[in-house]
Amino acid sequence: MNKARSNLLNSFAAHAVLITYTLIALFPVFVILINSFKTRKAIFREPLSLPNADSFSLIGYETVLKQGDFFLYFQNSLIVTVVSLFLVLLFGAMAAFALSEYRFKGNTLMGLYLALGIMIPIRIGTVAILDLMVQTGLVNTLWALILVYTAQGLPLAVFILSEFMRQVSDDLKNAGRIDGLSEYTIFFRLVLPLVRPAMATVAVFNMIPIWNDLWFPLILAPAEETKTLTLGSQVFIGQFVTDWNAVLSALSLAILPVMALYVIFSRQLIRGITSGAVK
Amino acid sequence: MTALSLKNICKSFGAVSVLKNIDLTVEEGEFVVFVGPSGCGKSTLLRVIAGLEDATSGSIEIAGSLVNDIPPARRGIAMVFQSYALYPHLTVHDNMALALKQEKQPKTEIAERVDEASRILSLGDYLQRRPSELSGGQRQRVAIGRAIVREPKLFLFDEPLSNLDAALRMNTRIEIAKLHRTLKASMIYVTHDQTEAMTLASKIVVLRDGRVEQVGAPMELYNNPANRFVAGFLGSPAMNFFPAEMVGGRKGTVAGVRPEHLRISQTGRLAGTVVHVEKLGGDTNVLVDIGTEDNLTLRLFGQYDIEAEAKIALDFDDNHAFAFDQNGKRI
Ligand SMILES: Nc1ncnc2c1ncn2[C@@H]1O[C@H](COP(=O)(O)OP(=O)(O)OP(=O)(O)O)[C@@H](O)[C@H]1O
Ligand SMILES: [Mg+2]
Repeated sequence: MNKARSNLLNSFAAHAVLITYTLIALFPVFVILINSFKTRKAIFREPLSLPNADSFSLIGYETVLKQGDFFLYFQNSLIVTVVSLFLVLLFGAMAAFALSEYRFKGNTLMGLYLALGIMIPIRIGTVAILDLMVQTGLVNTLWALILVYTAQGLPLAVFILSEFMRQVSDDLKNAGRIDGLSEYTIFFRLVLPLVRPAMATVAVFNMIPIWNDLWFPLILAPAEETKTLTLGSQVFIGQFVTDWNAVLSALSLAILPVMALYVIFSRQLIRGITSGAVK
Repeated sequence: MTALSLKNICKSFGAVSVLKNIDLTVEEGEFVVFVGPSGCGKSTLLRVIAGLEDATSGSIEIAGSLVNDIPPARRGIAMVFQSYALYPHLTVHDNMALALKQEKQPKTEIAERVDEASRILSLGDYLQRRPSELSGGQRQRVAIGRAIVREPKLFLFDEPLSNLDAALRMNTRIEIAKLHRTLKASMIYVTHDQTEAMTLASKIVVLRDGRVEQVGAPMELYNNPANRFVAGFLGSPAMNFFPAEMVGGRKGTVAGVRPEHLRISQTGRLAGTVVHVEKLGGDTNVLVDIGTEDNLTLRLFGQYDIEAEAKIALDFDDNHAFAFDQNGKRI
């Protein structure tokens, strides 16, 4: 009886904290969403009220869709994010597998070297990177962004994934070797599925900063045809006038794809297929 | 023909030398069991034989051909792991068939061999299930099936039963013995379970710190151990050791008597107090303190009422006793 009551209390407290946190976290998003559907006047008069018949307006979305090539920006952002994530995961996982699986001279040193990037922000090298991109003719291409983001994401990916790969059963890999699987098959078919939750974590951690980044698109790819969504939205923010309807609408639209990607990865986070593999 | 012959195998990880000058032959059809305390290098030796680790020096011959530079898949071996190591994404059928597919065997041949293996191990009902949907015992049978279908020249088992509970372990042990009789294959089996070693082996290899201590048939090792380590390692409860002086032997040497060879005798040469009595129904183990470092264990067949703290005297027939010198060598 006593135990049952205290458990109820515990779970009530836990839920209260979590719900409060959720509300706080979602509030700004909520404000952006409701205001994106209001007229400019209504946004400033009553920023927290829901749009009603009077204040409802799609003017923001209209501006966004008319002005500039919004869909192109959207597509650019999506390409850059997805391709960078793919490369980070692929190369990160491969490096992590090599570091955790094979004994070779300088293994630890190599691991430390690869993890160095976690401590040194890549923006420090912006000038050198720009120089490099100019010389290789990659300025104003999406590849410039993809390469930079891949480099930016790799250190943490290698660090996290090699930790997880060390935990994958040696017996399983050895069974594969005895059955004649190649090292690549062992990596792709046996090991990767077992570290899927870790891969999803890495993907989520990398995705948001890439999607939201303004720095590198502005410096490396500011041309009209390579603008990303974040950069493209900046046209609505002027030094003197800001088109708030358009800004809020653009932000609302920008949330959607990240959300979709997040849902995909988080499902991987939750699903555990390791049970039954060993033991 | 010899199934396996190891010559002067050494293995070290960095500066740590794990296997030291191992020489060993396994004849065709033999069931060889490696026993030894934890960390003595049993698994490492098995992995060297399988080709999962390279030997630092020495030569490995399987069925007469040198395999030092041949990858595991082409050595003609199959291995069963302690943790089963089934492929989680494949069904039981595909788990067993994978190696054959890799070898590019014809489909009919694969089907035939998988059927045969699943019949031997009665896995027929589970062929379409995934490993996660099987019990521990069934998983281990699949792992054994995966080895059988390859028709290897040499089976390697690394503590295959240690994740199973006692009853299942006994059943599977009997199945493995049966399997060995039907397949007449050469097998190497690692364990630190005495019973498995004694009951399954046609030849036991006792390892300690990466060295072979003694090789021989189970009863040969039991009745005629080469040194104190082997004498103490085989047999449960373990052999009793005490200074030979206490029973009129030479100073500095150690006498060893198995628990079942001790008996209670009023005029016994070993007098002490009972520390603890274990009644197992079939037999009774009595722990006796005779003033030496370790308590003596006395094994009586049947049920006895002996109180702790009781004074007791023990004796034995001299022809059942072993004598060892200071270094543990049999004399
Ligand atoms: N990859 C490795 N790197 C360094 N040392 C290792 C490695 N693998 C094993 N060892 C060492 O080699 C020794 C023998 O290990 P091994 O696994 O062969 O023991 P074992 O006899 O199988 O023990 P157990 O009965 O506990 O399984 C141990 O001391 C272990 O620490
Ligand atoms: Mg072992």
